[in-house]
Amino acid sequence: MFDHTASLPPLPGVGYKPQHYAEILQDPGPVGWLEVHAENYMGDGGRPLAQLRALSERFPISVHGVGLSIGGEGRLDRDHLARLKHLVGWLDPASFSEHLAWSTHDTHFFNDLLPLPYTEATLARVCDHIDEVQETLGRRMLLENPSSYLAFAESTLTETEFLRAVVARTGCGLLLDVNNVFVSATNLGYRPQDYIEDFPLEAVGEIHLGGHDEDEDDHGAPLLIDSHGREVADPVWALLDLTLARTGPRPLLVEWDTDVPDWPVLRDEAARAEKALSHVPA
Amino acid sequence: MTAVSQSAFRAALLDASRDVPDGLRDGQGQPAGRRYAVYRNNVAVSLREALETGFPAVAKLLGAENFAHLAGAYLRADPPGSPVMMHYGAGFPAFLAAQEALGKLGYLADVARLELAMRRAYHAGDAPRLDPARLQGLDEAVLLAARLTLAPHVVLLRSPWPVLSVWRYTTLADQPKPQARAEDVMIVRPEYDPEPHLLPPGAFAFLSALQADESFGDALEAAGDGFDLPALLGLLLQTGALCDIDLGDAEPAPHSPEDRP
Amino acid sequence: MSKTLKTAALVGAVAASFSAVTVTEAHAQSKEKCFGVSLAGKNDCAAGPGTTCAGTSTVDYQGNAWTLVDAGTCTEIELPAMADGTARMGSLEELERDLPAG
Repeated sequence: MFDHTASLPPLPGVGYKPQHYAEILQDPGPVGWLEVHAENYMGDGGRPLAQLRALSERFPISVHGVGLSIGGEGRLDRDHLARLKHLVGWLDPASFSEHLAWSTHDTHFFNDLLPLPYTEATLARVCDHIDEVQETLGRRMLLENPSSYLAFAESTLTETEFLRAVVARTGCGLLLDVNNVFVSATNLGYRPQDYIEDFPLEAVGEIHLGGHDEDEDDHGAPLLIDSHGREVADPVWALLDLTLARTGPRPLLVEWDTDVPDWPVLRDEAARAEKALSHVPA
Repeated sequence: MTAVSQSAFRAALLDASRDVPDGLRDGQGQPAGRRYAVYRNNVAVSLREALETGFPAVAKLLGAENFAHLAGAYLRADPPGSPVMMHYGAGFPAFLAAQEALGKLGYLADVARLELAMRRAYHAGDAPRLDPARLQGLDEAVLLAARLTLAPHVVLLRSPWPVLSVWRYTTLADQPKPQARAEDVMIVRPEYDPEPHLLPPGAFAFLSALQADESFGDALEAAGDGFDLPALLGLLLQTGALCDIDLGDAEPAPHSPEDRP
Repeated sequence: MSKTLKTAALVGAVAASFSAVTVTEAHAQSKEKCFGVSLAGKNDCAAGPGTTCAGTSTVDYQGNAWTLVDAGTCTEIELPAMADGTARMGSLEELERDLPAG
């Protein structure tokens, strides 16, 4: 089997953006590791790979895939899996993670994380795909819980039951996105605290935080959008405290992908994450 | 219970005239309604933005409203075929060329090709620069039979339009208005930033021959009369466009073991 | 090309003028000079901006009857007949009547 100990440090990390390159090296603040999106480093060379190589000499790197379509009905894209294996082999990152979602159908890639019904059929498919990824990469991966905007009438399992079964069958770890929990709970009308209670926290190798936007559905009910375009909301920080009290310190990532701010703003978010970690008994 | 297949989910994703697939719910068991529109929005907006960032000169030439419309049509006609978004839009030049409403802007597709080539060069493989010393003191026959290798980031573009002049006029400050002429362009990446260079007469044929692995002598032949070899060679050496020379049998033998310290 | 120099001598002379030039070491941290290429086609895992409207307009892509509705830089570029012999103008002259006066 694969190495089950997470090798990212239980420190704040940030999602890396190229515009922050020089400042991250000069003034990392509390940032102890960086996360990159795998697909942005699948070119043959040039600045992206040169920067990543230089950063990896200073920081542990987490490679976070956004395009593998692990929940896809079709088989995994072998070419993409090969690109991933090449990147992971070249960089030897501290962690590799992907999403419980699909994004490719009939060779078309939709550039979004699309939702899955939680059924036995989906479970079997997702587990097969995770087995294939872990065998191909020769390492354990982390699977991230999605942001949900709707539910499937056909679902027979809750999301936490589904994830617990995936962990049991594949031995993968989980990436717990606390903002996604808050977004999904608000959108689908359950208590985020209950979700955390039910979550297989022992499998959590990394935690994500990010900002969301607010919209509403046809009936005026709140509809939160996982936009990663602003500061982490206060109730999400509160949910994080509750989570960390149960998990102990974990690698804690701040994601900011749209309307990316200047480095000091992102560094300040990382400092807030550091503060949250500092309250947790090791 | 209605199951929603991924083909049903995706069919309505890029076609807002279709109904939201049956079997999607809010948290209370009611039909999902505009919650499904979050995904429609994510897909369409993220692909449109990918085209905007990938084709900034085309976007500026057309204006934001025209570009948004064309991008909306293109992303539905030709969604990405790979999860690696850095190369999305390979079909965009041909799509633009086929638009009747753009018939008067014949150069537009070539400007899009230039922007695609810039991206290709940006992500192309790294290669060491050819040491200019390796071009010195060569025997005439050896040189003419030799093969020069262009770096992987060298991309050539031939246009019946003043494609580079239009691109410069659109992208950079204080550029002259484009004059009617055909332009050949070489994109090259001296460090990490691709640069487009206007090629003098004969250079496109010369460089194309090198890319086709023809000999230096054959490439010179292809370039024809009036080709200014020293000027082009200077540009190639200055920009790191050359990465190797293969002298064939005349290659100096690798260092023998005795040479090593 | 010079008719008095053999090609090899010519190439050698050009190369010699570059031999002394120290090629600048490429620096990963060098600031991007070039037109936002690095941001083109980046993958990320965020949802779009917080609105459900932008992707749902069917007007967006009902393309057949569409004509250019406003104008960017292309209105400033005037290019006459080109390679295929068709007379072409870069300007959108037929739209000028729609432009606000002044």
